[in-house]
Amino acid sequence: MIIHDLLVVPFAEYAFMRRALVGTVAIALGGAPVGVFLMLRRMSLTGDAMAHAILPGAAAGYLVAGLSLPAMTIGGLIAGVIVAVLAGVVARLTALKEDASLAAFYLLSLALGVTLVSLRGSNVDLLHVLFGTVLALDDAALILLASIATVTLVSLALLYRPLVLECVDPTFLRSVSRAGTPTHLIFLTLVVLNLVSGFQALGTLLAVGMMMLPAASARFWSGDITLMTAVAILVGIVSAALGLLASYHAELPAGPSIILVAGCVYLASLLLGPQGGLVWLARPGRHLEA
Amino acid sequence: MRDATAIRFDDVTLGYGRRPAVHHLAGEVPAGSLTAVVGPNGAGKSTLLKGVVGTLPPLSGRIEVTGAARARIAYLPQAAELDRSFPLPVYDLVAMGLWTRAGLFGAIGRADRARIEEAIAAVGLTGFERRPIATLSGGQMQRALFARLLLQDASLILLDEPFTAIDAKTTADLLDLVRRWHREARTVVAVLHDLDVVRRVFPETLLIAREPVAWGKTDEVLTAGNLLKARRMVEAHDPHAVACGR
Repeated sequence: MIIHDLLVVPFAEYAFMRRALVGTVAIALGGAPVGVFLMLRRMSLTGDAMAHAILPGAAAGYLVAGLSLPAMTIGGLIAGVIVAVLAGVVARLTALKEDASLAAFYLLSLALGVTLVSLRGSNVDLLHVLFGTVLALDDAALILLASIATVTLVSLALLYRPLVLECVDPTFLRSVSRAGTPTHLIFLTLVVLNLVSGFQALGTLLAVGMMMLPAASARFWSGDITLMTAVAILVGIVSAALGLLASYHAELPAGPSIILVAGCVYLASLLLGPQGGLVWLARPGRHLEA
Repeated sequence: MRDATAIRFDDVTLGYGRRPAVHHLAGEVPAGSLTAVVGPNGAGKSTLLKGVVGTLPPLSGRIEVTGAARARIAYLPQAAELDRSFPLPVYDLVAMGLWTRAGLFGAIGRADRARIEEAIAAVGLTGFERRPIATLSGGQMQRALFARLLLQDASLILLDEPFTAIDAKTTADLLDLVRRWHREARTVVAVLHDLDVVRRVFPETLLIAREPVAWGKTDEVLTAGNLLKARRMVEAHDPHAVACGR
C-alpha cells in the first residue's frame, strides 16, 4: 500500500499532477529522439545555445501580449528558427564552422533578449519563462506539447535516412543527393520546436535537460540507433514521473527535480551501462580467444 | 557506344578561393574507359574528382558529365571523411548504395536485400553484416565501401586513393572489382599513387601537377621525362600571383 501511496496517489488525486505528467511525457517523446541525433551529430551543446537564442522571441512576445503562452511561444519559435537557419547557412557557405557561427548568433540573440527583459523591469511572471511552469499547464499548452511531439516523431521518421547519412558520411550524401542542407535545416527547426515545448514546462534554462540527459544515458545502453532512441524516450518518461513525485513528496520545485532525476539516471548509466560504462571499463574480464 | 564521351573538360580551372588547384585542363574521358589519375601530393587530383562529382564548382571553364545524371556517379572519397564512431552496422553502410534507387522513402524489398548480401559477399565480408563499422579494420572498411559502390550500379565510378594504406591481398581483391566494372563497360577514374598498379591495370592515365602534364595511353604518359616534369611542380603559394591571363 505504501508504494501505492508513493507512486500512484499523487497522480490519482491531483489534476495538476496528471497534467504535468502528460506534458512531460510529450516532451520526452519528442525531445529525447532529437537529443539522440544531436548527440550523434556532435551537436550536444547546440541545444543549450539554441535555448538561449529563444529568449528574445519569448521576451518580445511577453512585451507585446503580456504573459500569454501563444505569444511567447510564437516569439520564441521565430527567434530560434532565425538563429538556427542563419547559423546553419553561414556554416555551409563560409569558412566559419557550425559551432562558431552558432555562438555568434546566439550571443547576439541572448543580449537582445536580456535587453528586452530589462525594458519591463524585474517581473515575477517572467521568472516563469526562465524556470517553467510544469505544474500549471493548461489545455492549450498540453495540446501544443502533444502536437510538437507528434510533428517531431513523424519528421524524424521521414528524415531518418538523410539524417543518419549526414552524420556518417556527408560526402557520400552530397554526391548522391541534395537533401543534406534541407535536412539539416529541418532538423534544427525540430530542435527549436522541442526547446519551445520544453520551456513551457521546464523553462528556457532546463529545457535542454530533457533532450540531452536521456540521450547521453541511452548511449551507454545500446549501440543501435533505434534501440538508443527507445531507451532515451524511456529514460525521459521515467525521469519525468519520478521527478514529479519527488517534487510532490519533498516539496521541491518540479522542473529542476525532473532534470535532477534525469541527471541521476545519466550518472547511473555512466557507471553501469553495458556500452562502455565505467564499471565495465574497470573490470573488462579476461580477453577472448578470438 | 565505345566512342561516346563520359566526361568532357572544357578548359577547366578548379580551386579554392581564387587559387587554382587544377589549372586549364582540357580533354575527354571516353565512356567505358579505365583511367588512372597520377601526380604528386597537392597536384589537384582529389580536387579534380570533386569537380566531376559537382561538389566543387569550377572557377572557370566547364565540366560536362554526359550520359550520366549526377545521381548515376559513384564517388569514393578519401576514407578520412567518414565518421567511423557512428553506431551503424556494416549492412546499413552497404545498403546506402541503394540511395539512387530507394531515395528518401523508397522501400528496400527482398530483391534489394539479396543484392546487398551479394555485394557484401563479393567483397568478402560475409559474416560481418551486423558488426558496427567502428570495429572494422582499414582494409575491411574499404571492402565495405566497395560493396556500397557495387550497389550504386553507376555508369561512372570515381575512386580517390582507394588503395592507400591497404594491404596487398585486399588491394588485389578490390582491383578485381575494378576490372569487373571495366568489363561491364562502366567508366572508372581512379586517383592512385602506386605506379605498378597503374601500369598493370589501367590502360589510360592522366598525369597532373596542377597543370596537366600528359594524358593518354599509360605507357606513353608514365615516362621518366613526364614524371620528372610532374615532380618539379611548385607547391608553395605565390603571394604576388596576379589574375591568370590564359
